[in-house]
Amino acid sequence: MPQHDKLSNVFVILNEVKNLMIPNITTDQLFQFLSAIPDPEIPVINIIELGILREVKWDGETCTVVITPTYSGCPAMKVIEDDIRIKLKEIGIENVKVDLVYTPAWTTDWISDEAKEKLWAYGIAPPEHSSVDKGLLTGKVRHLKCPQCGSENVSMISQFGSTACKALYRCNDCREPFDYFKCI
Amino acid sequence: MTIQEAKFQYLLRLGDSSLIIGHRLSEWCGSGPILEEDIALINIALDFVGNATAILGYAATVEGNGRTEDDLAFLRGEREFRNLLITEQPNGDYAATITRQFLYDVYTYYLYEALKSSKDETIAALAEKSHKEITYHLRHTTEWMYRLGDGTAESHERMQNAMNDLWMFTGEMFDMDEVDALLIKEGIAPDLNAIKEKWEAHVKPVIAEATLQIPSYNFKQKGSREGKHSEHLGFLLAEMQSVHRSFPGAKW
Repeated sequence: MPQHDKLSNVFVILNEVKNLMIPNITTDQLFQFLSAIPDPEIPVINIIELGILREVKWDGETCTVVITPTYSGCPAMKVIEDDIRIKLKEIGIENVKVDLVYTPAWTTDWISDEAKEKLWAYGIAPPEHSSVDKGLLTGKVRHLKCPQCGSENVSMISQFGSTACKALYRCNDCREPFDYFKCI
Repeated sequence: MTIQEAKFQYLLRLGDSSLIIGHRLSEWCGSGPILEEDIALINIALDFVGNATAILGYAATVEGNGRTEDDLAFLRGEREFRNLLITEQPNGDYAATITRQFLYDVYTYYLYEALKSSKDETIAALAEKSHKEITYHLRHTTEWMYRLGDGTAESHERMQNAMNDLWMFTGEMFDMDEVDALLIKEGIAPDLNAIKEKWEAHVKPVIAEATLQIPSYNFKQKGSREGKHSEHLGFLLAEMQSVHRSFPGAKW
């Protein structure tokens, strides 16, 4: 048998072996598998808890992962996209397409209660119930507690904090600054 | 003009305005008067650049010539940009930046509110997202209008000078042409006359409360719809596009 036939046979066999190595995994399982990806800025919560990961599906041989940005210009989305590719490569899925969708518009209402507890423990005041905070946009004051000492005697330093999604507060009792995850 | 061509032009108008004002605000990075304001302006700039990325990305898709949002942002010249003249005006002092931003924020607030009902699903979705962010921008600039306008004698003077300079750029926001007419008929774009009424009703009380005067001249600058820009845009684009143009085809 000519040399190139042997080589092409080898490639065919290797490809088959590679395909066998991709686990027989459902899209639901894939979705849950990606829960290992944390928010790059707030590593205690993952992209499922934040409501960023919307769907995982197969388009033929391509694994399409659908995500939605929190804020229009959120720079973490690129990092999250890269993390998704790295994670899927771990289990042998390399043919990946990441789709960024804008609808339905992301809202802090999608952050789970469990995730809000994690934010609190991490030192970030979680978003209040949306109906309360949307009132803020017309001038009402938020009632937050300091994540360090629990005091309600807090002041807002700026509506815009360390990232697009957060506002900067200071506790008037323990004097520590803290971030508030803004409702949107 | 086909609907597709009209949509492309319309999306350039929206996306270019976001991109240019986003760039202007980013020029404050590291130079803000206080740290919290530096951060605030950068956050607002980021919202605009993100919005521009999405809108220009959609514009490129609508155009259907294989261009991407990066091609549109970094490889067009001044005459091809469709951003409103007000967005390219220099930052000047903080009074000028805040005044420019306030006048533009009220406009985008009502414009995007209306665009949420666009028959084009992508535009409606982007508007839904951006409008929430714009609401925060507007709250911020309104507070500073009051603080600086009704502030010290110096801040008041600087604010009035800024208002005198920038008011002439507010007429163009509401001009409509063939593009608007076509898209209004399709339910894709709103009637800007309706937006103008809301804008005036909102802007005037704030200016009064800030103890400022609306200038008495009637003249309004225009031209951005035809790519006729003020002298500032050329310098802005030279800086904004220089890295991309220096390394054609470069990939991260």
